[in-house]
Amino acid sequence: MPRKVHVQTTINGETVEYLCEPRQSLLEVLRDVLHLTGAKEGCNNGNCGACSVILDGRLVNSCLVLGAELEGKSLETIEGLADPDQLDPIQDAFLENAALQCGICTPGFIMAAKALLDNNPNPTEYEIRYWLAGNLCRCTGYDKIVRAVQDAAQTTS
Amino acid sequence: MRAFEYVPAKTVAEATSLLAEKGDQAKPLAGGTDLIVMVRENRRQLERMVDIKDLPETNVLSYSPDTGLDLGAAVPCHKIYADDAISAAYPGLIDAAKIIGGTAIQGRASVGGNLCNASPAADTIPPLIVLGAICVIAGADGSTREVPVEEFCTAPGQTVLERGELLVSFKVPAPPQNSSSFYLRFIPRNEMDIAVVGAGASVVLDDAKTSIVSARISLAAVAPTPLLAEEAGASLAGKEISDDAINAAAEAAQAIARPISDMRGTAEQRTHLVGVLTRRALNGAIQRVKEA
Ligand code: FES
Ligand code: FES
Repeated sequence: MPRKVHVQTTINGETVEYLCEPRQSLLEVLRDVLHLTGAKEGCNNGNCGACSVILDGRLVNSCLVLGAELEGKSLETIEGLADPDQLDPIQDAFLENAALQCGICTPGFIMAAKALLDNNPNPTEYEIRYWLAGNLCRCTGYDKIVRAVQDAAQTTS
Repeated sequence: MRAFEYVPAKTVAEATSLLAEKGDQAKPLAGGTDLIVMVRENRRQLERMVDIKDLPETNVLSYSPDTGLDLGAAVPCHKIYADDAISAAYPGLIDAAKIIGGTAIQGRASVGGNLCNASPAADTIPPLIVLGAICVIAGADGSTREVPVEEFCTAPGQTVLERGELLVSFKVPAPPQNSSSFYLRFIPRNEMDIAVVGAGASVVLDDAKTSIVSARISLAAVAPTPLLAEEAGASLAGKEISDDAINAAAEAAQAIARPISDMRGTAEQRTHLVGVLTRRALNGAIQRVKEA
């Protein structure tokens, strides 16, 4: 049995240390080891985007990253978005636009939207739709989500 | 899923010896978008993953109009298409890098990994082939060898890599004057799918941009490995640009396709698509030269 790996990394601005098995995905480490359960497991194979997080500034699927790969990296998850007394504008826009129903896909969409707006504060509808093509929602239909991202872009830019 | 060991390599030499020690029980890890899924779904059993994406050699991304492109095997797709000079020089490669998976996949997936995964449907392989890209491979004994991309895949999931060998980077020749490239695939939806058929083309035109000096054509998902349609490309050399010449090249490409029928499409549909996509890829590349 390979030994557990000791990882020191930055998550939402704070230094975090953990032990994980090499075979554990980052998604499993977040949920099962660190109890950060915002990132969701939809497909576990890179198709749905429910597990989206931002790793060193890039949107990635945490189910396709090993927890052991995080040494020295910087990770942003949905838990880091809101201030204690104020939601992030993207979160507000999702609420205002009713861009969620069951909510399973929502943390992934919000992280993907954040990565988009960090890169491109004024995306066109086409850019939003292509950027979010890797995030699936089985409830809402995508129009409300796209409108929420457009609204968030208006407020943040 | 069986347990495995994760080892980040600090040098190419360390990576090759870590790989050599375990033979087919070890695999290099770059973006992991294929490898992690395969191992987690028990389609592949491994004792060791060697992380090779923090090496300077696998991360080079340098382009000069004189010497061409050095592309590290672990460079993720998003870095390639974020580079304006590379995008202008190798548009066919960019066409492919932009359609592999969604944003989150492109944040991790590398062209080198796409090649080593050796899927017949891999999107970046036809453009690499038509651009004349060469694989730079490091061996466990410290040696280096070079293999043209069209000779790298030997069967679905199989490559020329021997025990302990690591694909380090690609050398892509500088694009000649009046040249361009194009890649497209057929999928039944708009995005996020695997090619039913893919076709890449590169062309060099004369100064008047009315005749073809040379052309290369490559096909995905119509044989156990990506194909270089050598005769189809050669048939265009010296020809004036015309529908007849392009149709003849497309027919020559169809003649070498050996597609199977599976859940994505029938052999008949795929053969038809080879004709359509080859024409579009050639016309697309020609159009790009004219617009340049
Ligand atoms: S759970 Fe990671 S992409 Fe679906
Ligand atoms: S709100 Fe249910 S999956 Fe998107």
